[in-house]
Amino acid sequence: MALDRKIAYIDLTTGEIETKPIPLELRKKFLGGRGLDAYLLYNNTKKGCDPLGPGNTLMVSGGILSATCASATARTHIMAKSPLTGLLGSANMGGFFAPELAWAGFHHLVIKGKAEKPVYIWIHNGEIEIRDAGDLWGKTTTETQWAIREELGDEDIKSAVIGPAGENLVAFANVMTGIKNAAGRTGMGCVMGSKNLKAIAARGTMDVKIAHPVEALEYNKRFIDQIVSAKVNQTQGALGTPFIWGATNSWGGIRCRNFQYNQLENADDIEPEAIDDVCNETMGPHHMTGCFGCQVHCRAQYKIPSGPYAGKYDEGPEYTSQGAFCGEPECRSMETLLTGNHLVDQFGMDNLETGSIISWAMELYELGILTSKDTDGLDLKFGNDEALLEMVKRICYRKGWLGDTLADGGIPASEKIGKHSFDYMIQVKGMNNLHSDERATPALALNIATASRGSDHLRSRPAIDLYHLPEEVLRKIYSNPVPYDGPLSSEHTSYEGKPWQVFWQENCYMAVDCLGICKYHTTFLGATLPNFEDWPKVLYYNTGIEMTPREIWDVALRCNIMERLFNLREGLSREDLKKGDMLNHRYFDEPCRRGARDVIGLKIDRKKFKKMIDEFYEHHGWDENGVPTPETLKRLGLDKEPSHLL
Amino acid sequence: MEKILMINYQKCTGCRLCELVCTVMHDGVSNPSRSRIKVMKWESEGLYIPMACQQCDDAPCMNVCPVKAISRDEDIGFVTVDYDLCIGCRSCVAVCPFGAMNYNVIDKKVFKCDLCGGDPQCVRFCEEKAVDYVDASRVSMFKKKDAAKRLSVAQKETMCLQVAV
Repeated sequence: MALDRKIAYIDLTTGEIETKPIPLELRKKFLGGRGLDAYLLYNNTKKGCDPLGPGNTLMVSGGILSATCASATARTHIMAKSPLTGLLGSANMGGFFAPELAWAGFHHLVIKGKAEKPVYIWIHNGEIEIRDAGDLWGKTTTETQWAIREELGDEDIKSAVIGPAGENLVAFANVMTGIKNAAGRTGMGCVMGSKNLKAIAARGTMDVKIAHPVEALEYNKRFIDQIVSAKVNQTQGALGTPFIWGATNSWGGIRCRNFQYNQLENADDIEPEAIDDVCNETMGPHHMTGCFGCQVHCRAQYKIPSGPYAGKYDEGPEYTSQGAFCGEPECRSMETLLTGNHLVDQFGMDNLETGSIISWAMELYELGILTSKDTDGLDLKFGNDEALLEMVKRICYRKGWLGDTLADGGIPASEKIGKHSFDYMIQVKGMNNLHSDERATPALALNIATASRGSDHLRSRPAIDLYHLPEEVLRKIYSNPVPYDGPLSSEHTSYEGKPWQVFWQENCYMAVDCLGICKYHTTFLGATLPNFEDWPKVLYYNTGIEMTPREIWDVALRCNIMERLFNLREGLSREDLKKGDMLNHRYFDEPCRRGARDVIGLKIDRKKFKKMIDEFYEHHGWDENGVPTPETLKRLGLDKEPSHLL
Repeated sequence: MEKILMINYQKCTGCRLCELVCTVMHDGVSNPSRSRIKVMKWESEGLYIPMACQQCDDAPCMNVCPVKAISRDEDIGFVTVDYDLCIGCRSCVAVCPFGAMNYNVIDKKVFKCDLCGGDPQCVRFCEEKAVDYVDASRVSMFKKKDAAKRLSVAQKETMCLQVAV
């Protein structure tokens, strides 16, 4: 049974390992994955712990549906206190790791302490061993995975690993699996590096019993039909996420030259179709690949066609790589895009944060805040492809003053650089924003301002807000499973009803993160995709747990509060620019300069933004400071946290 | 008419849903180590090839079995194991040229693809049709057509080049 999967506590300081069942009571309260991780984080770390010290706790998990007969439940979730933000650290990746962990007997790992020398954790059919990783240290993400397979003699081993960036404690280092699946936000790879933990390797051949196999199989077929019939997923399956970047760039919703423009002009050479041409030429017509059990297959395969890395195989590039290596630094070279993507994959470094922080440095260089003395002679101007790629390497290996400074992450770097450099950083809670521009879309601005892990689109973005769906369609989606009769607007520039949409999406995304489902299989990019109404059956057929849509909604509410409680404990306060639900002043002061006619000139209205935050807190049952009220905590059974049940 | 599993490895995305549904269908569990179909991967090159039983006419597994536990179902055309006769000697595993006869260490039994009795679930769930179930006589026609298409594209490209020159 999925519910038989255990939790393991691994202390890297003492080498002690303890395994336990996960009580059903906690399953019903938090399901699994990110939600249960949030409970574990709050209960297993002390206030103010050093993110890079042995007191930080690293959670690694699969969702409750991991390795069951439910489509696209391959997500691995990783959580700890973030070395990048000092607040909640949380990242999620696809691939094949979480199901393998489940077949090896586990859904959750809680890793504490710090190993004396490099180690990796080997998990095999219920057994856990801490092994020497001396020979693995220094290897790239893929080299590490292949070396572990070689050492243990099993090609089916799946590993979650760090690359050189994690070893060098780059504050935004990834945990990775496969070629490019990355738990890439908030520096979870940095936490692994600080614990001298190079990898977690899993291999399992244990049955995961399906509660009602015949029904689960049939329902999964229905689910897949619903998912692949969505146009947006067909496009994802043909072009991957670059299609979103291309579409967003066309109306002026991406970031260019840090935050100076909201569109990259003359981008033909790196548009999704151009990327697809390279994939076709280097990998043939069938070049899309997928995570475990997923029929969307959104990852493109390619070989770098030219330059010093010509012939190297990789996957992607995603929206974020187009942002990082094209839009933001204003570069337009396919070779730079594919090479930059390859470097961050191999180093194990968040492409999003990397692109944001380098383009921020480029703007500082343009303004004279950074000089060629600071860059060791590197001409770090916008549009300099060579300097961009050189900077990626310098950050990973902490080379030169600037490389070392940027590797510490945005806020520490701005404090070291000084001279109002912070004013130019497009971040929330210390994490840089996706390479998208939210000045024309108040709902999206509210999303990044309030996202629990810092500026991020995957926590609550109502992406369908851009589709101008009729109000009755919006109402159908957003008034389930809890009734909502407040305002809803089809207009993406409106402030009306947006707090409810963001609140609803936040719960929706939390629910999929607890179940372990990928966001392309819910109401994210497609309005017709499964959500609360569809999940109870998937859950019941696969695990036997009976829950109503409303109960799953409450799980999501509860888990969002656990994350909120952690952030509040670590110092979140509403209007704090570095630790709060607040946007950089440029959102309010500088209007959009490019894009569609109804986008040019738009910026976020401070007063209306404040009102949106008030409403958002109210929907959550939080007070005006964003603190959950005692009644809300009581209603959701969280009034005794930390309760230390696990 | 006899139908066979046709594998077009170029179309495989490597998701392994076929392995999952195979074990849910046959064993009521999720466990790819029990799967009758298995995607072989060369991850560093992005190459994935699903492998399953070819249901050979002159099947080596059938020929080698010392207790005649393996026979051919003439209706559906699959090679099947009679577990009442099987002694678990694994000779069939040793001789199969495709690695399609498996041995399950949990149940201590050999096992292989039975085409799900005529409605193979791997095919039903593979949207890409990297695994397909087609009339045996049609396989070469599909391949001919694919090859012809490639030739035609190549020919058009050559002509374009000539015009450009």
